[in-house]
Amino acid sequence: MTLLPAPSQKKLGLVIDLDICVGCHACAVNCKEWNTGGYGAPLGDVDAYGVSPEGAWLNRIHTFEVLPKNAQAGNPAQIVHFPKSCLHCQDAPCVTVCPTGASYKRADDGIVLVDEEKCIGCGLCAWACPYGAREMDPVENVMKKCTLCIDRIYNDNLPEVDRVPACVRTCPAHARHFGDLGDPESEVSLMVAERGGFELMPEAGTRPVNKYLPPRPKTAPKAKQVARPENNETEALDATGFLGWLDRALEKLG
Amino acid sequence: MHPAISVIVFTVTSGAGFGAIALIGAGYPLSDNPLLFFFTAFAAGALAVVGLLSSTFHLGHPERAWRALSQWRSSWLSREGVASIAALTLFGIFVLARLFTDLPTRELGWGVSVLSLATVFTTSMIYAQLRTVPHWHSWLTPVVYLAFSLSSGFLLVAAAGKASQFGDFPVALIAMLVLLAAWAIKVAWWQRAAGASLASRGMTTGSATGLGGIGEVRLFERPHTGGNYLTREMVHRIGRKHAAKLRLIALAVGAALPMLIAAATYWWGIANPVLALAFVSMLAGLFAERWLFFAEARHSVSLYYE
Repeated sequence: MTLLPAPSQKKLGLVIDLDICVGCHACAVNCKEWNTGGYGAPLGDVDAYGVSPEGAWLNRIHTFEVLPKNAQAGNPAQIVHFPKSCLHCQDAPCVTVCPTGASYKRADDGIVLVDEEKCIGCGLCAWACPYGAREMDPVENVMKKCTLCIDRIYNDNLPEVDRVPACVRTCPAHARHFGDLGDPESEVSLMVAERGGFELMPEAGTRPVNKYLPPRPKTAPKAKQVARPENNETEALDATGFLGWLDRALEKLG
Repeated sequence: MHPAISVIVFTVTSGAGFGAIALIGAGYPLSDNPLLFFFTAFAAGALAVVGLLSSTFHLGHPERAWRALSQWRSSWLSREGVASIAALTLFGIFVLARLFTDLPTRELGWGVSVLSLATVFTTSMIYAQLRTVPHWHSWLTPVVYLAFSLSSGFLLVAAAGKASQFGDFPVALIAMLVLLAAWAIKVAWWQRAAGASLASRGMTTGSATGLGGIGEVRLFERPHTGGNYLTREMVHRIGRKHAAKLRLIALAVGAALPMLIAAATYWWGIANPVLALAFVSMLAGLFAERWLFFAEARHSVSLYYE
């Protein structure tokens, strides 16, 4: 059913802290590993060991450079690593455009999934997604997307500590958090409230569940804190050896 | 956006086919010779069917295409599938009824017309609905699709039909006016598209990353050194390289040449079938136009990759 269900109480999603993501790509690698063996068909690759390897990934880490508004005052540009996966939008356009009912949003917890048995691989859902969260599998020719590790989070066979998405479990910097964003008292909701978490591209009208936490303001080093010699040329006078001789010789030339 | 040949062929030929079917259904005077009538109807139907079949070539799983008929309540693509099958089925019945019975077919014909135009409308809405592509996200998009469908369809039925004039207006003159109107709408579409950038809709790298509040955001590194499905499908830039040239080709072959052919038939009083040349020329121009429709459109995903 590609009509969106009534909004669920529970809104499972991720909160990603851009302040501490170090851009190690471990989340993407663990995502690929888990989802190749888990839900649906394996995440395909073509030419994996060749000249131009390519494949389907559910999570990709972009890197952006931000030139701060006060760059003129000597504040340096900032590098922000930016992991991006499905945001499990409340008004998911990828769901409603699907002609077959393969793309759907779960009524209980809001997770957006693809029923790969029904997917005809038309690609329209990927066109409808503003974020590029969906990728066609190059081997299976069905649409792939983040499942929020549905086969982990409800999996009683796993120790409780592992019942979170693979990307969250593996992040060495603890930059990724999983929880119920529909519950204002949940840890992730509190984190969003405290840090001023935001949605990506709100003008797209998709109302994402996933939120991002902004980098904390940088403390600029105080200007002229380090004492520096006023005139570097005076240093050269103290030079010894060959450079000292050269210095003196040039001095004599006037 | 990636200009897939299958989708370009699909939208142009099925558009022309359904345009011709709509005009036949509305009672455009075709030949009294049953064989000629059949061939005209067959040509129109074949264009529509070839287009629809072509569209299945870009599917990952064409064998599951039947599933696309199920979600008509929310999906324009599904609605298109339903509308096209309904239009073609009704058209088949209409043609058989006209050929082999004396039953009145007027109301049935109008039904065929409405369903054919509805099919073209649903096709256009697949693109017009996408907020991710500001170029397409406009009510002008369905107007352009309907205008090209009806004008190219008109050239086809005019070439095959028996009418030499409607009232005081010769068919060739009407063909010229129809072409002029359709391309004027397209020029208006181009003009609107020129101002419909991602930034004009508030979509910037700053809003896409949410980092715009800190300062100026630019991509430092892509997630990977190679390409991926998204970069090939939605961050396609090669097609835009020859945009100005292709636009001229579209206008010359799709508008000017067919209008000259129509003018010549009018001036020298040449028989209708010569308009078939105008039809072929227009389709060629529409292929260039449709290539640009995809190639020039920028998707918001490009903000994460450019």
